[in-house]
Amino acid sequence: MSADGQKSDGKTAKTAARARLVLTASSAPRLARHVRLKHDAVRQQWILLAPEKILTPSETAVEVLQLCDGVRTVEAIAGELARAYAAPANAILADILPLLQDLADQGHLAR
Amino acid sequence: MTALLEPPIGLLAELTHRCPLQCPYCSNPLNLETVRGELTTAQWCDVFRQSGDIGIQQVHLSGGEPASRRDLEALVDGAAKAGLYSNLITSGAGLTQSRLERLAAAGLDHVQLSIQDADAANSDRIAGYAGGFQRKMDVAGHVRALGLPLTVNAPVHRQNLDRLDDIIALAVRLGALRLEVAHVQYYAWALANRAALMPTREQIDRSIEIVASARERLKGVLTIDFVAPDYYAERPKPCMGGWGRGIINVTPSGLALPCHAAQTLPGLVFDNVVERPLAEIWASSPAFQAFRGTDWMREPCRSCDLRTLDFGGCRCQAMALTGDAANTDPACSKSPRHGELAALAESESANPPLPLRYRRM
Repeated sequence: MSADGQKSDGKTAKTAARARLVLTASSAPRLARHVRLKHDAVRQQWILLAPEKILTPSETAVEVLQLCDGVRTVEAIAGELARAYAAPANAILADILPLLQDLADQGHLAR
Repeated sequence: MTALLEPPIGLLAELTHRCPLQCPYCSNPLNLETVRGELTTAQWCDVFRQSGDIGIQQVHLSGGEPASRRDLEALVDGAAKAGLYSNLITSGAGLTQSRLERLAAAGLDHVQLSIQDADAANSDRIAGYAGGFQRKMDVAGHVRALGLPLTVNAPVHRQNLDRLDDIIALAVRLGALRLEVAHVQYYAWALANRAALMPTREQIDRSIEIVASARERLKGVLTIDFVAPDYYAERPKPCMGGWGRGIINVTPSGLALPCHAAQTLPGLVFDNVVERPLAEIWASSPAFQAFRGTDWMREPCRSCDLRTLDFGGCRCQAMALTGDAANTDPACSKSPRHGELAALAESESANPPLPLRYRRM
């Protein structure tokens, strides 16, 4: 019995295993609920706050992450950046997909 | 070297030394602080506000068992209002579903839950706390049901390391995002229990293989952080990321320490957060200045290329094992005392384990 009088059943967590998030051009990722992209006023830089980790994403990564809203696809994000920088969308897609997959593998992105 | 002082990034808030568990490797000091000296809710919330102001981004709410504080919800709320990312470091004791709901509502960002083994009976035996393992399983379920991210922290040593595969499988089953496989660091209670806990070299080598293969197999499912075992190491760990470089540890009564074991170093004077602003403590407290940078170093650290990467290792380990905190950490192969360390580990781990000395007030 716990302090609140709840009975332990020990079965609560049996089926909780996570699955790997594999991203493709048509995935629409967003930051995981427990990850925060924040501008650090003291250091004057963007940081990504995650469980027991603080990342300092590159300027490109910050731009990409700001577009990861769970609605835009990776392809659409590449398209937007291509227009903003007058660069080929395919090349941008080839750059940002591994970047996002790496963040997903660290648990920082969700679908 | 007088480099520009960087702001601190993390606050380790030891809210209390009270804990119903009695783990024989507890990192709290042998002289535990009592409830009477603990900072009040308002005092902690003020520390959190000051922390946010000077650039701290994450607060680790630790102990003892932080849930032993009845005002934990208010403390989480204070940390959230200060803009800090909050991490609850818990044994699970004192956390119920309704309490976790209140903590989540107050803005808790992440839960780190310790387990002592994947085997319930051995877990309870090591923690000195009957029924603790089942409680932890329940807490993990509640944490995940609330959508909070979960890290499982597993301190490993001779008496549980042979079940590392099971510990990893358990972390997956609990839906953890991260697992810390943390070889026990031999300070405080762990140092007193070293002969009972020191793994063999074979166990260490096997643990490294198991973690490497699990990382490959569980990519994207479970991130595994590995804390290497000092006594069998060749390179020392950059303890605390360097003394006074990023972390402030505050004890239950408000002493600001550069590291949670810093009170084992003779002659250091610690400021109290109730008496002095945190910004001043960070900039000029004598304890934080003592081993900051590289000026304090002797050979072989002073001329070593790695001195700004590992900072000579750990001051408290240098003190405990060589009798002088300014010596090179003997975990470093360049330390003249390095050979003694592995020899000590091998001889202690070859003997039958001594009875555990449990952490008690």
